[in-house]
Amino acid sequence: MELLSNLALGFSVASSLANLLFCLIGVLLGTLIGVLPGIGATATIAMLLPITFQLEPVSSLIMLAGIYYGAQYGGSTTAILINMPGESSSAVTAIDGYQMARKGRAGTALATAALGSFFAGTVATFLVAIFAPPLTAVALKFGAAEYFSLMVMGLVMSVALAHGSVLKALAMVVLGLLLGIVGTDIYTGAPRFTLGITQYADGLNFVAVAVGVFGIAEILRNLEDEHDREVMTKNISRLFPNREEFRQMIGPVLRGTGVGSVLGILPGGGAILASFASYTIEKKVSARPQDFGKGALAGVAGPESANNAGAQTSFIPLLTLGIPANPVMALMIGAMIIQGIVPGPNVVSEQPALFWGIIASMWIGNLMLVILNLPLIGLWVRLLTVPYYVLFPIIMAMCSIGVYSVASNTYDLYAVAFFGLLGYVMSKLRCEPAPLLLGFVLGPLLEENLRRAMILSRGDPMTFLTRPISATLLLMSLAVLVLVFLPQIRKRRDEVFTESDA
Amino acid sequence: MSTKPKDGTDIAAGLLLMAAAGFFGWQTTGLEIGTSLRMGPGYFPMVLSGILFLLGLIVFLRAFGREDDEPFGKVAWRGILFILPAPIFFGLTVRGLGFVPALFLTTLIASQASMRMRPLAALILAVTVTILSTLIFSYGLGLPFRRFGPWVQF
Repeated sequence: MELLSNLALGFSVASSLANLLFCLIGVLLGTLIGVLPGIGATATIAMLLPITFQLEPVSSLIMLAGIYYGAQYGGSTTAILINMPGESSSAVTAIDGYQMARKGRAGTALATAALGSFFAGTVATFLVAIFAPPLTAVALKFGAAEYFSLMVMGLVMSVALAHGSVLKALAMVVLGLLLGIVGTDIYTGAPRFTLGITQYADGLNFVAVAVGVFGIAEILRNLEDEHDREVMTKNISRLFPNREEFRQMIGPVLRGTGVGSVLGILPGGGAILASFASYTIEKKVSARPQDFGKGALAGVAGPESANNAGAQTSFIPLLTLGIPANPVMALMIGAMIIQGIVPGPNVVSEQPALFWGIIASMWIGNLMLVILNLPLIGLWVRLLTVPYYVLFPIIMAMCSIGVYSVASNTYDLYAVAFFGLLGYVMSKLRCEPAPLLLGFVLGPLLEENLRRAMILSRGDPMTFLTRPISATLLLMSLAVLVLVFLPQIRKRRDEVFTESDA
Repeated sequence: MSTKPKDGTDIAAGLLLMAAAGFFGWQTTGLEIGTSLRMGPGYFPMVLSGILFLLGLIVFLRAFGREDDEPFGKVAWRGILFILPAPIFFGLTVRGLGFVPALFLTTLIASQASMRMRPLAALILAVTVTILSTLIFSYGLGLPFRRFGPWVQF
């Protein structure tokens, strides 16, 4: 019953007129930017983050969550209509979704994605509501050593789930950690790596790094090769799936939701893994596996549900432990810190209205997506036809305003340019930006907890192994690292990622 | 070109990582390292720089003796030339010129990154973006920007 009263509190917060409005604006803006080809959810949120800073903490996080769902949905739309997934989690949708669109079933594919996502979102929201509070109770027992080990595990997982070379992903994590340390040392006040520039004494601006590495680098990548896109706009006649199609959807959606909910909790980018896993499962259980890759409905319904469920449950580690599970959650942490909220187990007890408000708004955001986007699909489709060379100057203007508005620090704008270049060079050298951003966010936290743990244990590093929770977490990280370096698994992993590129 | 196969991308990546590690390591030399009981500000970064250098070295060494598996592709030189200076320009002028002229010029610079953009279209786009952004951010959201700075005061 406590769950119900908590949810009631959440809904009373989230359904205030102002918050509903912010959620709506967030969903609309998120879809608007997310539907732009080549711009994934992370880049979208990074760009829109600054406009939420002017709001109350609850409203701003509700709006951000709305942006997240909108951006994800927008990414699926581009995946289906122009075979251009905004990011890897909707890469799987593109395989069968685009083929459906080419066969004139674009409307069905889009509606399936929306309905599947809504169902998965509803289930996952309840899971978050049920599991987050008991987990915070566990998290409150965590000391510095446990936090350190948990963050190590999160970073290792992000390495394991990154595309391409494990070594380079590890290096990206370490580089991110180092970049995160830039600024004043909290214990001694000594400036570190600031090159004498006092404007960087508070550290590199998180928004500047995210916008540079994700947003600007993505624009540069798109400018490499300017060609026309083929948009499947003609054949969106029938939106709602018929009875037969509904029946085909049920199984994949249920399985996708289950897979996604479990994998989403894993630190390190579970949503991506979830959509891959769901696609593989659907292909295995399907009576007609030969249809996959040629426009199978299950190939859209399953991964889209898994993707959305994973996106939702990845809030669990964020809300309970303050540990981001993926770059988007890293952005959420950044937003919370700027709002003066320290993410972690204390949020649920100290700010129940905020905590439950966010959970309730997740469901409202998902509902809005379905209600809004099914009728508005025509509008989003028309947006796809806007040429890229018109879009990116607008995006650059928004980025400049956005980054400057965070702290009115012009040096943040120089950092944007620097990290844009760095992000572009990295992508040319086939290094993944996601582990770098996670490292950047966790860098200061990791160091603080390491130093605190060492002081508490009087300089004995064995403390990480003698404390059972910490030791378990470290062992799990080690196991994951060993696994990804094993030749067999590595081959399998390469296969999974190649399949998505095809 | 030598006949031995090597992965040019990974050679560059390895060198870049080692250079980054070198930079951070060099910067750490001015910081107090401390002991593992009471870590100084330099302890953690020093360890990280070491790890980063090692990883870079392994990436570099493993690049020899195997083929580059993916072509490097085109480089967006024009994009780099016009996209990256845009936020820098905005940063240099937003205080002096003020929000409105700085944003207008920033959008204009960024729009030059595509060779498909014609001058008149760029101008129209920059004007539209400036007007809308001023309405939304300055009047709507009330961000504390000076619309026209001291450089353009009459």
